[in-house]
Amino acid sequence: MPTDHIVRSYDEDLRKLRDMIARMGGLVERQVADATRALVRRDSDLAGEVVQRDLQIDQLEREIEGFCVTLLALRQPMAADLRLIIACMKVSNDLERIGDYSANAAKRSIVLASLPGLGSMNGFERMAHLVQENLKAAMDALVHSDADAAERVWAADEPVDEIYNGIFREMLTHMMEDPRNITAATHLLFIAKNLERIGDHTTNIAERIHFAVRGETLPEDRPKGDTSAFAVVRAPGE
Amino acid sequence: MSLSTETQNQGAATTSFGGMQARSEAALNTARVAISNLDFFYGDNRALKEIKLDLPDRQVTGMIGPSGCGKSTLLRVLNRMYSLYPGQRATGEVMMDGENIIADSTDINSLRAKVGMVFQKPTPFPMTIYENIAFGIRLHEKLSKSEMGERIEWALTRAAIWNEVKDRLDRSALGLSGGQQQRLCIARTIAVRPEVILFDEPTSALDPISTLKIEELIDELKRDFTIAIVTHNMQQAARCADQVAFFYLGELIEVAPAAQLFTAPKHPKTQEYITGRFG
Repeated sequence: MPTDHIVRSYDEDLRKLRDMIARMGGLVERQVADATRALVRRDSDLAGEVVQRDLQIDQLEREIEGFCVTLLALRQPMAADLRLIIACMKVSNDLERIGDYSANAAKRSIVLASLPGLGSMNGFERMAHLVQENLKAAMDALVHSDADAAERVWAADEPVDEIYNGIFREMLTHMMEDPRNITAATHLLFIAKNLERIGDHTTNIAERIHFAVRGETLPEDRPKGDTSAFAVVRAPGE
Repeated sequence: MSLSTETQNQGAATTSFGGMQARSEAALNTARVAISNLDFFYGDNRALKEIKLDLPDRQVTGMIGPSGCGKSTLLRVLNRMYSLYPGQRATGEVMMDGENIIADSTDINSLRAKVGMVFQKPTPFPMTIYENIAFGIRLHEKLSKSEMGERIEWALTRAAIWNEVKDRLDRSALGLSGGQQQRLCIARTIAVRPEVILFDEPTSALDPISTLKIEELIDELKRDFTIAIVTHNMQQAARCADQVAFFYLGELIEVAPAAQLFTAPKHPKTQEYITGRFG
């Protein structure tokens, strides 16, 4: 928006809100990155830190929500301001969920570190990389009020789903090969699912940003590629 | 008419933003008053420029904009108030019941019975409460005493003040509180059974509770009357209006269903004004 508010403290409030959400976004990005690193490097100490830090994210979400309610009550925001505040409220909620998924992945990686390794972690690394890129792009779009960038993030989730489908099949195969793999494979499956969910929440964030900037909602039918709900892996000779 | 269909579509496009669109989801009705190509002059000063606006039937149109933007002038055109002043003239069309009400041939007295107006400050006559209402009715109709009594009770009831004044109809209206006086003026306006009611900042001199009572009343009155309200209070326009028109420097910048205009206005000037970034 080109011009400032007549009441200067209102601008300061909105700037503060943007700062809070950007800080939360940065923290959550780090959680996703560290959770993945902890998994790949079998680093339980790092995983423990991720679990610990989730509390900060929950705290930030409550602060942002409280601040948004205050702004709604005291400023009676309209138009773009109203949309920004509502978007921040919802984005903080999505970020909090992403934080939860990261913490959950970290917890599982602590268990995994005590078990023998299971195949290559390449798929996870690629998936986590894509998810982090999208999340970062979404938060940048928020900071720069860039609706086009938000729309690109919104449409970029399909490759994440594809990798997830691959991991799903791979884990089922591991389990079929040897029942002793079941514990590790199940944890890994949940971690993959967490990453896939993080991707979905990131597209939600992109939708909110698009609405905040343009005042228009994106279409209902986002490109999706998660077909694991229909996946069947047959045992050899079956 | 083309305007209302346009705004209807916009209303439909914004329905996904929570429940906020409740009022705009109901499409705008057909025009009761259709303004087109309207220009207005105070002497040489052109105060309204090519206004095109429909007032939808039995709905509320809110008019907002900074001081001097022309919104009150437009209201004064709708009941030919300006005709009282030499040097003020309007050109263009304001169609109502198939008649251009700004044409010289229009009978101003019957127009003012059809288009009532309520002002910023309550303007009760220094008479009894009963006479305040009866006065206007007698100008337009000849009623028997019992008919008059019924009409006065009806008007005061519709204006949500009957219960407060029914035991003191013969007392001076000047003894009422500001909020009551304003509702009395609304009763006086609807007593002649107009089609359109114009409100010019009807609550700017009232306390918040009286304001809410008037707003509730407007909501109630729109079942029978087409309403236009000029207000400096944007939240009031948001609360009361089905359709909101934003004026700036004598031009109609944007008109849209209220929820649309206050959540996602199309014009940058509207956006700046309603978010408090003007100037």
